[in-house]
Amino acid sequence: MESHAPWQVGSKAILSVTGLGDLLGRLWAGGRQVVGPVVRDGAICLGPVRTIADLPKGLTDEHGPGTYRLKPRGDEALFGFTVGQHAFKRSILLPEVALVQLRRKGRDVEVEPATPKTQPLALLGVRACDAAALGIQDKVLCGGPYADSDYEARRADVLVIAVQCTNAASTCFCASMGTGPHLSNGFDLALTELLSPTHRFLVEVGSPAGATLANQLELTPVSEGDLSDAKTAEQAALTQMGRHLETAGLREKLQQNPDDSHWENVANRCLSCANCTMVCPTCFCTTMEDRTDLTGDIATRIRRYDSCFSEAFAYVHGGSVRPTVRARYRQWLTHKLSTWVDQFGSLGCVGCGRCITFCPVGIDITAEAKAVGAPARTG
Amino acid sequence: MSHRPKIAVWKQSSCDGCQLSLLDCEDELLAVLGAVDLAYFPEATSTEKKGPYDVSLVEGSITMPHDVERIKKIRAESKVLVTIGACATSGGIQALRNFRNHAEMMAIVYARPDYIQSLATSTPIADHVPVDYELRGCPISKEQLLEVLTALVNGRSPRLPRHPVCLECKIKGHVCVMVAHQTPCLGPVTHAGCGALCPGYSRGCYGCFGPSDDPKTSPLAKRFLAQGVPAEQVGRLFLTFNANAPPFKAEGLLHGGVESKSAPPTNGGK
Ligand code: SF4
Ligand code: SF4
Ligand code: SF4
Ligand code: SF4
Repeated sequence: MESHAPWQVGSKAILSVTGLGDLLGRLWAGGRQVVGPVVRDGAICLGPVRTIADLPKGLTDEHGPGTYRLKPRGDEALFGFTVGQHAFKRSILLPEVALVQLRRKGRDVEVEPATPKTQPLALLGVRACDAAALGIQDKVLCGGPYADSDYEARRADVLVIAVQCTNAASTCFCASMGTGPHLSNGFDLALTELLSPTHRFLVEVGSPAGATLANQLELTPVSEGDLSDAKTAEQAALTQMGRHLETAGLREKLQQNPDDSHWENVANRCLSCANCTMVCPTCFCTTMEDRTDLTGDIATRIRRYDSCFSEAFAYVHGGSVRPTVRARYRQWLTHKLSTWVDQFGSLGCVGCGRCITFCPVGIDITAEAKAVGAPARTG
Repeated sequence: MSHRPKIAVWKQSSCDGCQLSLLDCEDELLAVLGAVDLAYFPEATSTEKKGPYDVSLVEGSITMPHDVERIKKIRAESKVLVTIGACATSGGIQALRNFRNHAEMMAIVYARPDYIQSLATSTPIADHVPVDYELRGCPISKEQLLEVLTALVNGRSPRLPRHPVCLECKIKGHVCVMVAHQTPCLGPVTHAGCGALCPGYSRGCYGCFGPSDDPKTSPLAKRFLAQGVPAEQVGRLFLTFNANAPPFKAEGLLHGGVESKSAPPTNGGK
């Protein structure tokens, strides 16, 4: 490695499979928790990855509306799948977290802000859509009017070890959203897994922190052959991409059709179960719950995930402002694909397809968005 | 609520499982006993203080003529009445009798049915007297019981969200058994509170917490049918612990969840 270091931002090099194991070891040894893909209960979830043996070797995932299956690939690939039920937001915007604790001390109240004792994180296997989603949540929750200090504290020291997609699911549509499948920024290191003639990774350095890490690893220079193998591998993701969403004019179309009959059509199929918002990597809605102990001496404020699909979420004095599923689904879709632009300057959907796969009844955001205000049957 | 509320625990037709949740609060039991005055709780103590009570926890459903009189008396001497468990809140598993011919069943089960005084239906407490709070589940969750007691001791309203189990399931990060295993799951239409216990063990939710705030049973039943679950089995999924809860009852009967050829009785058991 001496002969090629120092690697810099923009450098490309080759990392062996054992080199990846070495990278994991170094991250843990440096006090980082590495969170990445692991198999649990017949699905690829996110969890601690200590060694390469923890990764879903030789497995792929088949997605459809409301269905998900793991299948053997017949090779040794470590990242040969797409995105699972868990989004990386679970490690930063925690599903449930204590924000502050009040303790009664005689006649005083002691305030204990539950400043997160955060362990530095490394997110492993972040896809292009996931990286874009992290960027969207940062925009909403760091600085600005909706800044969340717990999120900011947890986000402060996160390494992103991305993986370029070399296959795509039938539910993926990142190409339509302009977020993927190729990832060109928002990572510290990006790996492209190459399976032949030898199993290896093309590594791209994306940040100074990534360069520091790269300079500790046994990397070898890239050849023309490696680059063309990577290009072919990435091309497969684009070819396999199963869904498309027309975004031209979408923002206007949705805002102009609040009374379209298609909203009622979806409402007849939707369970209002909130699964789509829970798995969506950009959805950020939460609620506050205050808990007390029996003596009333300790009160804790908890922030937990909530959803525009829960009736209580839109409850204001006197009732819910979105009492029907029609109103709740319309709120969700219109926010994601339209008013998010007005509010945050981009669409709120990155095209990961999670909401399609993990909707128990298989409601497809791309199909619903297309059907609303469709010229053939406006009304 | 007073500083140390006087509490009574009552039982109608039920299995005792829910009231035992109170004794199951091992770690918190001493704190609970310190915070409340357990005035009447035959399962746990022989001391028996007379009413009125600040809080009555009522387990069980109304299945016998004298239950009706008794629950009215309990209501009259309780400031706050909390029903606990599927029996008290919906009629329980014993409400399956509501769909059968009562006289025929009595004749099958008892040698001398004329000795038995039993109503044709099993109904929830709220069908007979006003109820302040409901704790769902078969059995109830210990955490929710503690939450209600804590709230009443501290004079605030208890936090009992009515959204579907799915939200809790996703917060826990369980793999969705519907999507990943094609296991029928009632989570999308079931009231939260258990912390998504069954999906956490890779099983579908059986709906023991009863219907959520706005249960969309019809599209869920359609999904079960589409994935190959036989209609009768879809019906049975809805007709278990909360068979008498109106949304589950309607969906269950629609798919023929009961074998009985006799017409269900029309009287409400009141
Ligand atoms: S709306 Fe659906 S496809 Fe878009 S980012 Fe969220 S989960 Fe992914
Ligand atoms: S679209 Fe699907 S996942 Fe979302 S609330 Fe409706 S049924 Fe649930
Ligand atoms: S396993 Fe059941 S409760 Fe959990 S998300 Fe899936 S449908 Fe909902
Ligand atoms: S998952 Fe469903 S059946 Fe299981 S405990 Fe919870 S409410 Fe009851």
